[in-house]
Amino acid sequence: MAESDSALLETPLASLHRELGGRMVPFAGYAMPVQYPAGIMAEHLHCRAAAALFDVSHMGQAELVGEGAAKALEALTPADVQGLKPGRQRYGLLMTMAGGIFDDFMVANLGDRLFLVVNASRKEQDLALIAAAMPAGVTLRPLPDRALIALQGPQAVASIATLAPGIAALSFMGIGAFDIAGVPAIVSRSGYTGEDGVEISVPAESAERFARALLALPGVQPTGLGARDSLRLEAGLCLYGNDIDETTSPVEANLVWTIGKRRRTEWNFCGADRVRAELDTGAKRLRVGIRPEGRQPARAHTEIQANGATVGEVTSGGFGPSVNGPVAMGYVAREHAADGTPLELLVRGKPLAARVAPLPFHPHRYAR
Amino acid sequence: MAELRFTKDHEWIRLEGDIATVGITDHAQNALGDVVFVDLPEAGRDVAEGESIAVVESVKAASDVYAPVAGKVAEANAALAENPGLINSDPTGEGWFFRLEGVDAGSVAALMDEAAYAAFVESAA
Repeated sequence: MAESDSALLETPLASLHRELGGRMVPFAGYAMPVQYPAGIMAEHLHCRAAAALFDVSHMGQAELVGEGAAKALEALTPADVQGLKPGRQRYGLLMTMAGGIFDDFMVANLGDRLFLVVNASRKEQDLALIAAAMPAGVTLRPLPDRALIALQGPQAVASIATLAPGIAALSFMGIGAFDIAGVPAIVSRSGYTGEDGVEISVPAESAERFARALLALPGVQPTGLGARDSLRLEAGLCLYGNDIDETTSPVEANLVWTIGKRRRTEWNFCGADRVRAELDTGAKRLRVGIRPEGRQPARAHTEIQANGATVGEVTSGGFGPSVNGPVAMGYVAREHAADGTPLELLVRGKPLAARVAPLPFHPHRYAR
Repeated sequence: MAELRFTKDHEWIRLEGDIATVGITDHAQNALGDVVFVDLPEAGRDVAEGESIAVVESVKAASDVYAPVAGKVAEANAALAENPGLINSDPTGEGWFFRLEGVDAGSVAALMDEAAYAAFVESAA
């Protein structure tokens, strides 16, 4: 699958990435910086210690406007969308008819509309699915002319609050509109690193100026997709296409917490039959954290064995810079899913000793 | 000190007497990023030219390391187990991977010299 660079899309920050020495790689059809000169390890550790700026403009943004949007969206997701108060955001799953995961996404109530963020690799399919589920009078508006920038780390909110003090008052998963350095922004206190921080939607034409203003704040360093991946893995967060997909259910993926309480009495979302059955009788396999012994990482698609028999597969794996050791996630048969269960990972034909471990590997530090 | 020779797989080799020392190039370590683990061959193993005999793992990915020439593994660099970052900080010095004995000097001489390797890297960029 050799994609030529000319076929790749660019975000509004492409020239800034190159100026900063970003190493551009293809990701979900976009040329994205996997790292800057500091390197993945330093960028990862900097995010845990100070503040990291990520360009995530490849992700899909959209809004739903009109009476009944929340109710209609609930046909596709087991999340409680109707109960989402103005100024609040929620993580949810879009479902297939068969009870698999079509995508994971963020939905926010902005008062007069719902604001959605979906994965880059799934945005066309997601928007088509959502548009088809909306009744007359509800409009889905894709927002391709908006950039998305994440600022993550223990100093992120204090830094950006010097430009817009109100941001400091947001609690975890709070969202609001702010004027930041003259740029109209939608800011949510959320992220994909396990750290406190914000995700900021800004008009594409202001994105570079805005990113430069953030990079000028004390403690803020540009950070690539490589560190984004190791940060989210240590935080135990799923990557769509690796850890969750159309074959995995919310129960198997250990994402039952995304199902609203009311939704568990109504069972009126796509694929509810499978979810209900698995909640009643237990899923055959479960997503778990895995700690290989020693220093050697086990990557995605590594076979997992117990007593010489195949019991599952690694779906994400690598080296955790903050854990200072290898970390992985994967699916194992339910009887092998308890914390501490010994496993062997078949790395290049050799069994590597490992254990089921609680997630996250690195404690979340959200602003609750 | 003897000069380095290079392979298209971005290994370097330095022949001194009957012993050849092998590692990965500065270009290779830079492309890999921070090295976190290496899987090294055991002493005494006979290896063929081009055989995959070591693995280097960075935060992001795993890559094979091949024997630039045939020989017998004399020694692996034990310091890398404790400090794999030596491969990043000193790839052609303390970051060496393994030593081969019984190698054919002509096979080493047939590999790229520094200028040829630099041109090869440039052409592949």
